Amino acid sequence: MGSNIPYLKTLLDNTQLNITLQRLAHQLVENHQNFGNTAIIGIQPRGILLSDRIVMLLRSITAQEHIDYGKLDITFHRDDVHQGSIHLPEPTDISFSIEGRNVVLIDDVLHTGRTIRAAIDALMAYGRPNDVELMTLIDRHFSRELPIQPDYVGQTIDTIITQKVKVYWQEKDGKDEVVLIDQGE
Amino acid sequence: MSLSVKHLLGIKELQPQDIELIFQTADTFKDLLQRQVKKVPALRDTTIANIFFENSTRTRISFELAEKRLGADTINFSASGSSVSKGETLIDTVQNILAMKVDMVVMRHSASGAPWFLANHIDAGIINAGDGTNEHPTQALLDAFSIREKLGNIKGKRVAILGDIMHSRVALSNIYCLSKLGAEVMVAGPPTLIPKHIAELGVKVEYDVKKALEWCEVANVLRIQLERQHKPLFSTLREYSLYYGVNRQMLDSLEKEIVIMHPGPINRGVEINSDVADSKQSIILDQVENGVAIRMAVMYLLSGRGEIVE
Repeated sequence: MGSNIPYLKTLLDNTQLNITLQRLAHQLVENHQNFGNTAIIGIQPRGILLSDRIVMLLRSITAQEHIDYGKLDITFHRDDVHQGSIHLPEPTDISFSIEGRNVVLIDDVLHTGRTIRAAIDALMAYGRPNDVELMTLIDRHFSRELPIQPDYVGQTIDTIITQKVKVYWQEKDGKDEVVLIDQGE
Repeated sequence: MSLSVKHLLGIKELQPQDIELIFQTADTFKDLLQRQVKKVPALRDTTIANIFFENSTRTRISFELAEKRLGADTINFSASGSSVSKGETLIDTVQNILAMKVDMVVMRHSASGAPWFLANHIDAGIINAGDGTNEHPTQALLDAFSIREKLGNIKGKRVAILGDIMHSRVALSNIYCLSKLGAEVMVAGPPTLIPKHIAELGVKVEYDVKKALEWCEVANVLRIQLERQHKPLFSTLREYSLYYGVNRQMLDSLEKEIVIMHPGPINRGVEINSDVADSKQSIILDQVENGVAIRMAVMYLLSGRGEIVE
């Protein structure tokens, strides 16, 4: 403590991360079988790196050629526009109807729950799903500011506010790894 | 990356990156406007006053729609039927409106420079919706956005602005905007309607409309602004139409198909004929559609007034 050097701890290394992804994908298959009425929706920008992987695994596990998979941008539904910062939108790409579907929202880190609140809001503009589930790779479960809980969790961790969780993906960052960064006081 | 300005007063003050940023944001809003639910709550805690000291149909409706689709609360004010006719000054009028806790002002005024004057005296964000014969920045942005949508790019494109350049704020804003984005710009029309030193802005000047059409890929035809012409600058509208109006015959005689634009309102049969305005070469209604997305982008980007987080 008191030092300015960020403290790093690996939460999931390459092997562990891939085992966790396998488990999450299998849990989805367990609950959704052939994904006939299910739609997978990744949250922009970082959530889609996780959902891309999950959907790839689902396709190989279930041998289903077609799984409805969309990407959702929540920028305009955020609740912090007037807190001195502004976010730039990423494209939303949902090319199917979500009316009456079982939607699985996917994001990499669940922290305050505000992103998910915004995502549910944004989602409802596209129709009325039958139900909505939430998958997250890392659940920082003591940091919640809204009553939102995940249905599928990679790893649950206890963190304090000065800590940050960073998820690295091979496709984007050149490695598969999840680390905890402590920025000190 | 964020906008380099706090207000949108004129295109003259924008950086090319600002314009790019507005376009990228407008792309997202354009997608949104194709959806069933065309509304997002991005500005749900913002109140915007539309203050129009001059007549407007398109711009005013477009701003209001953009505000509503961003979830903002709006109030509308027009000079006719207000205390302005009792002699209240511009600052007093606006201060009184702001005292009712308004965050952003969209203003059109007949005096050039009015929005700059206002920006020096009040705190709220200001968007210029047209000031006198000076600038009309959102119109220029939506014009350039429409060209970008139609031709894929603006850099290197040849755009001719035809007609009443002298009295047109659309012309000036378009010249700034297109030049900043790397287009070649020409103005064409009767010598009496082209300001003397306009070439200093880096534009070509042409007095023969036919030659201008042969040169360009896009022709932005402007309205003859009779209300601003205090002395006769051409003999009759019929003569103007004959020599400077854009008609079908003229377009058919060109070897290529050019894109036709008009900021509205159209004087049919004067600067443009119906068989041109309503043809498939014309993107006049696309301009109107894009106006909402552009104005949403501008208001969204100005509302944060801080750094953009990645």
